Amino acid sequence: MKKELRIISAAGNLGYGFPEASLAAAMERNPHFIGCDAGSTDAGPHYLGSGTAWVSRASCKRDSELLLKAARKAGIPLMLGSAGGAGGRKNLNFLVDIFKEIAGENSLHFKLGVIDTEQDKDYLKAKLKQGKITSMGHLPELTEKDIEESEHIVGLVGAEPFIQALNLGADVVICGRASDTAIFAAIPIKEGFDPGLAWHAGKILECGAASAEPVVAGDCILVTLRDDHFLVEPLNPALRHTVLSTSAHSLYENADPYCLYEAGGMMDLSASRYAQVDERRVRVSNSKFIPAEKYQVKLESVAKAGYRTISIMGTRDPLLIDQIDHYIEIVRNTVHNRVNDAYKGEMTAADYILNFRVYGLNAVMASWEPVTKTKSHELGIVLEVIAPNQELANAILALARTYSLHNHFPGRLCTAGNMAIAFSPSDIPMGPVYRFNMEHLIEIDDPLEMVKVKIIEL
Amino acid sequence: MELKNLAKVIRSKNAGPFCVTFDIMFADKPTYEKVKSTGVLSAELISGLYKIPLKEVRFFACDSALSFKASIKRNIFSGDIGDSDIYGAQQHAPLLDIEIPV
Repeated sequence: MKKELRIISAAGNLGYGFPEASLAAAMERNPHFIGCDAGSTDAGPHYLGSGTAWVSRASCKRDSELLLKAARKAGIPLMLGSAGGAGGRKNLNFLVDIFKEIAGENSLHFKLGVIDTEQDKDYLKAKLKQGKITSMGHLPELTEKDIEESEHIVGLVGAEPFIQALNLGADVVICGRASDTAIFAAIPIKEGFDPGLAWHAGKILECGAASAEPVVAGDCILVTLRDDHFLVEPLNPALRHTVLSTSAHSLYENADPYCLYEAGGMMDLSASRYAQVDERRVRVSNSKFIPAEKYQVKLESVAKAGYRTISIMGTRDPLLIDQIDHYIEIVRNTVHNRVNDAYKGEMTAADYILNFRVYGLNAVMASWEPVTKTKSHELGIVLEVIAPNQELANAILALARTYSLHNHFPGRLCTAGNMAIAFSPSDIPMGPVYRFNMEHLIEIDDPLEMVKVKIIEL
Repeated sequence: MELKNLAKVIRSKNAGPFCVTFDIMFADKPTYEKVKSTGVLSAELISGLYKIPLKEVRFFACDSALSFKASIKRNIFSGDIGDSDIYGAQQHAPLLDIEIPV
């Protein structure tokens, strides 16, 4: 086992950008590998549904190019996971294409390991029949229909697929959907370091400099992993790690600050120890990893829920603002009646969604909003229709927009129009609406059975 | 004193698309300990503010991080129909004015 492993994390997400100076400083520390998280479910279901990323191709390429060049120059591995934002096959290919482009433009030659974690429906149906798929508690137990309806299903893979790619000779590894932590924990585990420390280090690394002070998303950190502890520090001299910033980081985006689940086990940070080594570095020890009896992988998936059209408007009339809830009900009923009429009963209120998001009242907190009466002098309203196809969504939204603008209300003085419509065109088709339809665990015998690993020689 | 004048961080964020987690973090141990000793921040408080059954609230006092954490299920999942906050980052406002007797 090596004495120590020096690991760089470039940023909280590939495409967020990081200062070139920070990466340069990182490379001067002779790291053993560089990793970067490339995706998340944070941005919602659309990106898995559509197979697109939520960072621009240009910013993704900028970050990728800097990292690839640095890694190749130093002859060290580059590890990326949750490619293209959501880690589905199309998202994966998006990032692989960027890397091929960079390689071609710069005459870089290396072995690219590509890990596809998008799942086959027949395989999942068979596993379901065997009773191997269970709900994590927020959604009902899975049915065959759920699998059938899914647009893209991915597994959140652990360390093993990354290790396999490295064993096959990969210099650079791009994985589809993966545990953010596994991107970084794979090599330490392969090299025989303590799993508790390896996974905890990975958890801190995957967010880039978010564990440092002051908090930024787009900057590099260095972890020095040793046999019974690791050190963490930022590369930007304007930042520093403190005991507080580091220990508090395990709270970020985690429901439980101490018990963090991975494929194959659970991190237990409840007895972790943090010590300030100097102004900018923290020492972490005593983190545990408890292997699970069953090897389970989290499944993520989206189904299509319809097509959406919106319109953005506002009102500055205090008389309307004073009765806005009542007014919205009037408009809603008018729209329902008109749709019923127009489609001769074939489209009823049950067949589409009509939402009024009232900014200035309760658009942000919705049912959790304690304020019931607005004191605002203006309200922003986003009108939203979700219907089985785009044409219907457009048509129903057009009706809703018309009635929002022109409907009478008691005491009305502004008889030329009730709303300030923001844009021409007023109606904005938004395309397909996706929703997450899986939060389930699949029990598997072999960590590699759910993935396809291949090597591309560039 | 209101919590917003005592805490360094008061935030909400998704912990996965189905759950929202709240963190209330303090800059120094004495303030954290003082707040902790009042017992005001609790699962019961969160249950009342967000109208979640008590048994569905996960609540932690994290001494080493000088922080309190509460995690609850989102009524509407991230990006689902009717969702108002994809990242879950703006659900913390009711925590700001909590009165702590210090």
